[in-house]
Amino acid sequence: MKVLGLDVGSTYIKVAFFEKGNLKVLERDNTSYQPLEKCLRYIEKYQPDQVVATGYGRNLINTNLENCITISEIKAFAIGAKFIHPKVRTILDIGGQDTKAISLDEKGKVVKFEMNDRCSAGTGRFLEIMCKALGYKIEDLNHLEIEGEVKVKISSLCTVFAESEVISLIAQGVPREEILKGVHLSVVYKVLSMLKRILIREDLVFAGGCSQNKLLKRLLENQLKIKVITLKESPFLGAIGAGIFGLKSTTS
Amino acid sequence: MGQDYISMWQDLGINLENHDCLLKALADIYQQIYLSQENRPEGMRYFDFVISEAHGLRIKELLEAKKQGKKVIGTFCVYVPEEMILAVNGICVGLCAGAQIGFDEAEKVLPKNTCDLIKAFIGFKLTQVCPYTESCDLLVGETTCDGKKKAYEILDKLTRKVYVMEVPHRKTEASKELFLKELFSLKDNLEELSGVKMSVESLKEGIKIVNEKRKALMRLESLRAYDPAPISGLDALLVNQIAFYDDPVRFTQKVNELCDELEEKIKKGIGVKPKGTPRILITSCPFALPNWKLHHIIETSGAVVVGEESCVGRRYYHTLVPENFSSVEEGIRLLAERYLKTHCACFTPNTERIEDIKNMAKNLKAQGIIYYSIQFCTPYLFEAYQVEKEINLPFLKIDTNYSMEDVGQLKTRCEAFIETL
Repeated sequence: MKVLGLDVGSTYIKVAFFEKGNLKVLERDNTSYQPLEKCLRYIEKYQPDQVVATGYGRNLINTNLENCITISEIKAFAIGAKFIHPKVRTILDIGGQDTKAISLDEKGKVVKFEMNDRCSAGTGRFLEIMCKALGYKIEDLNHLEIEGEVKVKISSLCTVFAESEVISLIAQGVPREEILKGVHLSVVYKVLSMLKRILIREDLVFAGGCSQNKLLKRLLENQLKIKVITLKESPFLGAIGAGIFGLKSTTS
Repeated sequence: MGQDYISMWQDLGINLENHDCLLKALADIYQQIYLSQENRPEGMRYFDFVISEAHGLRIKELLEAKKQGKKVIGTFCVYVPEEMILAVNGICVGLCAGAQIGFDEAEKVLPKNTCDLIKAFIGFKLTQVCPYTESCDLLVGETTCDGKKKAYEILDKLTRKVYVMEVPHRKTEASKELFLKELFSLKDNLEELSGVKMSVESLKEGIKIVNEKRKALMRLESLRAYDPAPISGLDALLVNQIAFYDDPVRFTQKVNELCDELEEKIKKGIGVKPKGTPRILITSCPFALPNWKLHHIIETSGAVVVGEESCVGRRYYHTLVPENFSSVEEGIRLLAERYLKTHCACFTPNTERIEDIKNMAKNLKAQGIIYYSIQFCTPYLFEAYQVEKEINLPFLKIDTNYSMEDVGQLKTRCEAFIETL
């Protein structure tokens, strides 16, 4: 029995491949302008008996494929996080265009969730655009070790206005590391307001494309005063959850 | 549409180009959302027909009635007693609009942060696309929320046909007196406009017609309590929307025929969705035609909508008016009492609304509540907090507007919510 979990996000397509009930492969690729073609390539490659799609592009895949079912990202992250880290009670997922805060009960069932509205504040895309203005690549952020207090404040939540704030800070001669810290803190504040609307309990698992960002994690921990757990599978929790859901639905 | 409709619209002053865009868009959306549904009751054919002829045959009927001296009166709120309009031999049509038409024009005269319901009725007027508005002899506004209140001033400048009645915002004795006085003033105005004096008989007749209509809608609601649901939430919503402008006697008959069919289906255990499909109660803001967005999202996400605690829904048909009275004054007093049992969020305090939601959820066996507010609708947005606290059911708050730009995110939210039920 081969199951493929596909998390078709706005930035990356994440893939979790299960064979005989075991997680075998995790991989990802840019979503680009051809998500369907890319997914079909993965299906060609792994020849799954069952596909479970989640993420922003889930219905695109679903309508073009026979052995495919869909679940929402929220459920997928809940299942995936519970599988990899059984003590999880709160999930924070910062993805490309969506940010989600999810509260789980002891059994891993979703109790409450919050999502950003149609605004990009507090999402990966916000960070990406600010990085570009500062001459970083978004992938660079995962390896950067930036120490120290945040001294610069970015006040605008609107991506366009925040970018002009960044540009004016550059023009004032503020070092880009400082501005970068301010940008990260702005994301953290936005995310905190979402987290506060659900129940925050430990363990808190940080998921999604931005979860490998060490600065974001440090600032989150400072604000939340609890440990923020990043797993090596964090960016793939949605795909893993979709796969596990597929395993369960085919066995039952 | 036939040539006679085109000249009819022209005579009404409709902007044919704008109107054509609206009709084309509507036909496409209707096909996508309504006609693609599976297992629809036969009885929905009448309502499909009414929609297809909404700007045609029904308008023709209104114009013919006008030729015979009847007056057409447009309303925007379930606080305006339709019974009184019928009692002066008038025709009542609901004018709230549920599509993003003419918003560019509307935003020239209204603040941007106005709810879409208001933007739509002003937009429809400014772009001359609504044959109902154009057919009206009188537009009855009311003072429910600040936005509507101020918008009626503008609408009056545009039409010179607006009459505003005051709706109190408290449920005290003094407020009841005020509302009663307002109904008497409305009576005088309606009598003057129509040249018809309201009599005990005519008021009784008006009340009887509207009571029968509300009874039919209550019957439809009660049938939605069954699992499997015999009718989709979308179809039931459509019936509730059409209640505002179809001929009331014919409409009532057709709703009852639909209910007869649904009862048969219930006996046989036939539903539109499988037994055990998660059941959602929607509460709060109204769904004016053709606003089908949220129902469509929910019902394509694996759930069924079983009720609407909304002005297009329960708040329209909630209570009947006693038909035994011996003077017009007494009849109007009974009307006032009935209308003040409509628990709109423009009232303070408004705790009765929470009881209504609880009762509906219980009777309709809802498993989750979706609290729907239109962006910038302050009264309903505020009440969400209290409702969520008091209601012991899974609760999802949706704050949206008529645009389609957030459909993807709303779908994710609704799907995730339904998965938790």
